[in-house]
Amino acid sequence: MSLAFSSASHHTAVRLRLGLLKTGAVHSSLTTLPTACCGGWPPPAGSTLPCMVSKSQRFLSTSPCLRAAGNDSESPKFVPPSKPVIVDKTQTVASLRKFLSPEFIPPRQRIDPLKFSIERKDMIRRRKVLNIPEFYVGSILAVIMADPNASGKSNRFVGICIQRGGKGLGATFVLRNIINNQGVEICYELYSPRIQKIEVLKLEKRLDDNLMYLRDALPEYSTVDPEMKPVPFSPTGEVTVNKIKVRMRPKPWSKRWERPKFNIQGIRFDLSLTPEQMEHAQKWAQPWLEYDMLKEYDTSKLEEQIIKEVQQEMSK
Amino acid sequence: MALPWLSRSLSGLLMETASLNCQRNFSVSAVAAAIQKMTRVRVVDNSSLGNTPYHRPPRVIHVYTKNGVGKVGDRVLLAIKGQKKKALIVGHKMPGDRMAPRFDSNNVVLIEDNGNPTGTRIKVPVPTHLRKLEGDYSKVLAIANSFV
Repeated sequence: MSLAFSSASHHTAVRLRLGLLKTGAVHSSLTTLPTACCGGWPPPAGSTLPCMVSKSQRFLSTSPCLRAAGNDSESPKFVPPSKPVIVDKTQTVASLRKFLSPEFIPPRQRIDPLKFSIERKDMIRRRKVLNIPEFYVGSILAVIMADPNASGKSNRFVGICIQRGGKGLGATFVLRNIINNQGVEICYELYSPRIQKIEVLKLEKRLDDNLMYLRDALPEYSTVDPEMKPVPFSPTGEVTVNKIKVRMRPKPWSKRWERPKFNIQGIRFDLSLTPEQMEHAQKWAQPWLEYDMLKEYDTSKLEEQIIKEVQQEMSK
Repeated sequence: MALPWLSRSLSGLLMETASLNCQRNFSVSAVAAAIQKMTRVRVVDNSSLGNTPYHRPPRVIHVYTKNGVGKVGDRVLLAIKGQKKKALIVGHKMPGDRMAPRFDSNNVVLIEDNGNPTGTRIKVPVPTHLRKLEGDYSKVLAIANSFV
């Protein structure tokens, strides 16, 4: 907008914008203008006030609010200081994704479902006290555990999750890290009262459910920096899958990972094995297993039911 | 990559350079068991006896427990460089209690008969529940750098 305004038209224009369109009562609006244009009185230091160039004698005032201060042709320049957006990262924002921790799903057994429902109640009671976040095999976690023998009574361990096992209250997860060229693995119980805090430093999935082959892989794939900063992840959307293919140490390995029963996607076999060896490993394939109807266990309905139950209980 | 006979004798264990010269052509399996007689161990302190290369890896020849199985905190007798030496187990490959660390190699610290360590520093992380042995092995805990 052009700055060349006649005072009267400019004043009315400003009054219009400020919503003070009163016919005639110009001098009253003069006094009300300062409070309307400024957030409070006296104006905070450093803030630009919507001052107008008062070209007419009538509108001269000694109050600093009405003095000229550069171009004010546009909307009132007063921008309130932006409030800091406090993102509470400790909250389970991951609950926006429909995720059910695998230890909630009961195994297919001849045990009375009452046992599982009572166990689930206990698991939820523990979860109300300690926040157990969503994580997968391949995510990087930091666990603070109470340790009577450690200095400061608590012990922090950072590592990559290589396995999640167990059902119910005995559910465990194994974290692996390499410290001072020594590989260390700790198997933690999720619901143990000794665990004080679990934080997810990096949430991601891998191509496999079980990363035990990292024991035979080159050490660079299991090293996690203990002072790593948490990588922010969005609470909605899909979890990123890290499609990394790991290089292995020379054979022999602790297990024959090339065999089809392990069904490992995340190893670069072409670097360690010849195609003949890969074909030889296929001799142990059991292709009939995928058609075995007795091994079928469809958990979709059970999962939905349990998710609803868990969400109800957690919100109480 | 590595020649087949060398990789076979290595058998995926994280051993010091002393064992790399070993050129035996026997098949070894990396078993995750606790420490007993004839286990090859890794000396983790900075003593000269533990770190000078020798053509044979240090082996356990006796475990000072009621059963012959050695866990963390047990004393063992090693055969290193043709001599006998006592040592303290500070980590093994066998999975133990939940919440207790499991190491990728069987670690051992050389010790005198009275419990004093031979070396002056332990770089490798050591499990915290060794602190219970405050009375006997307090000097070993004092030279440990990091606890897991």
